[in-house]
Amino acid sequence: MTKLVTAVIQPHRLDDVKSALEAAGVRGLTVSEASGYGRQKGHTEVYRGAEYTVDLVPKVRIDVLVSDEDVAGVTEVIVQAAQTGKIGDGKVWVVPVEDVARVRTGEHGDDAL
Amino acid sequence: MLDTGVTAWMLTSASLVLLMTPGLAFFYGGMVRGKSVLNMMMMSFGAMAVVGVIYVLWGWSMSYGASVGGLFGNPFDQFGLGGSFDPIAVLNEETGAYMPTIVDVGFQATFAIITVALVSGALAERIKFGTWLIFSGLWVTFSYFPLAHMVWGGGLLSDDGPFASIASPIDFAGGTVVHINAGVAALVLALVVGRRKGFGTEPMRPHNLPFVMLGAALLWFGWFGFNGGSAYGADEAAGLAWVNTTVATAAAIIGWLITEKLRDGHATSLGAASGIVAGLVAITPAAGDVTPIGAIFLGVVAGALSALAVGLKYKLGYDDSLDVVGVHLVSGLWGTLALGLIATDGRGLFLGGGFNQLAVQAIIAFIAIAISAVVTLVIGLALRAAPGWRVAEDVEVGGIDLAVHGETAYETLGGARVVTEVK
Repeated sequence: MTKLVTAVIQPHRLDDVKSALEAAGVRGLTVSEASGYGRQKGHTEVYRGAEYTVDLVPKVRIDVLVSDEDVAGVTEVIVQAAQTGKIGDGKVWVVPVEDVARVRTGEHGDDAL
Repeated sequence: MLDTGVTAWMLTSASLVLLMTPGLAFFYGGMVRGKSVLNMMMMSFGAMAVVGVIYVLWGWSMSYGASVGGLFGNPFDQFGLGGSFDPIAVLNEETGAYMPTIVDVGFQATFAIITVALVSGALAERIKFGTWLIFSGLWVTFSYFPLAHMVWGGGLLSDDGPFASIASPIDFAGGTVVHINAGVAALVLALVVGRRKGFGTEPMRPHNLPFVMLGAALLWFGWFGFNGGSAYGADEAAGLAWVNTTVATAAAIIGWLITEKLRDGHATSLGAASGIVAGLVAITPAAGDVTPIGAIFLGVVAGALSALAVGLKYKLGYDDSLDVVGVHLVSGLWGTLALGLIATDGRGLFLGGGFNQLAVQAIIAFIAIAISAVVTLVIGLALRAAPGWRVAEDVEVGGIDLAVHGETAYETLGGARVVTEVK
C-alpha cells in the first residue's frame, strides 16, 4: 500500500525540508504555493494609518507519495526539518492512497514510487 | 537683450513641471486597486489634454490679461495669445534683459495642468471620465485662472492688492494657487461625489507601491522646475529654491516616518513617498523666502502634520481617496502660514518681523480657501445634476478600467492573499 504525506509549512523552511527528504531517500515530491492560516491567524498591514488585517498568509505545500514502511520516517523527517518552535510552523498529515501509476512505464503500486 | 540663460532655464523648468503630471499619474495610480489604475492615471492625462488646449485659448489671458477688478484677467484681452499679447517679458528694467513671453506661457500652462490633476486623487475609482474632463475645463477656468491672476497676475492678492499695505503677500510657487486650491476642491468634491462603495469596510489597499515611489521620485525631480523656475532667473534665487526644495522634502520624509513609526510601528514606503509630496507642497510657497535651516523646520513639521491628517477621513467619513486634503491642503496651508513665522529679511515673526506677515499669509490662505470652496461647490453640484458624477455600482465594483476604458492593466487581477477585514 501507498500513503500520501502532505505537509503545509513555512515557506522559509522549504529548502531544509527538501534536503532532509533527499537525505532520507525520498526520490520525488511536489511543491506548491498555498495560502491559509491556523492558530497563527493572519497579520496586519498599515497604509497611511489605515490598518488592514490579512488573514491568509503564504505557505508552502509539499506532497510526497511513500510506501507504508517509510511513512513514519518521512513524516518525522519533515516535522524535524520544518520546525522552528514558533506558532505558524504548519501541519503534516497522512492519507491512504488507493493506487499509483507511473505514467512512463505503466507500473502500479509501490513499484511506481 | 534676450537673456538666453534665463530663457534656457525657463524652457527646462517648463519641461520638468510638465513631467510632474505623468509622475502624479504613477503616484496616484499605484495607490488605487489594480482594477482602477488605468482610470486613475487617465484622469491625470485627461487634465493634460483639456488644460493644455484651454491654456493658450483663454487660460493665459485670464491669468495675465487685463485685470477685471483684480479678480481675473479678461479672457478676450489676449485670447489665443493674440490681442494685446506682448511677446517680450522684461526681466530687468535697468538692463532691458527679457525672455520671450511664449516661454512663460509654456511654464504657466504646466502649473495649471498639474493643479487640476491633483484634484483627481479625491475621486478615485468611481467617477465618469467624461464628467472629469468637463470638470477640468470648468474648474481651471473659474478657480485656477482667477487665483493665478489674483496672486501672480497683479490682482487682489498680489503686491498691487489692498493687503500689500500690511505686508507683501508671499506665494513663491503656488501654495495658495496650486495646493490650497486643489486641496479645498478635493474636499468639496469628496463630499459632493460621495464615498466609494465599501469605503471604510472593504480593503482598498494600494496595489503597487513601487509605482507610488516612482511617482514620488518623478514629482520631486519635476518640482525643481516648479520651484526653481519660479525664481524667473538662472541665478542665486533659483539655487536657493532648489536647495530649499530638497532640504524641506528630505526633512518631511523624516517627519512622516517618525510619526508613523511611533503611531503604527513601521516606517513605510508609502509614508516615505507621501512625506516627499508633503515636503514639496509645504516648501512651494516658501522656496525663495526661507533659509535652508528654515526649510528643515518647514519640512519636518509638514511631514508630521500630513501624516497625522491623512487619518481624519476615516474619522470624519469623507472619501478623499488618496489624501489630497491631508497632504496638499494641510501642508499647503502650513507652508503658506509658516512664512509668517520664518520668512527671511526680517519678515517672519520668529525673525523679529511682528505679526504683519503672518496676518497677510492667513488672509491670502483664507481667500484662496473661500474662492476654491464656492467655485468647486457650484461646479460640483451642477455636474452632479447633469451629466452626473458616479459610474454605476456594478461598474465600480467590477472595475472601472474595464467598463469605462475597455482595458485592464494586468493579465490577472487579485493575488494569492485575500484581505477580509479593514478597520
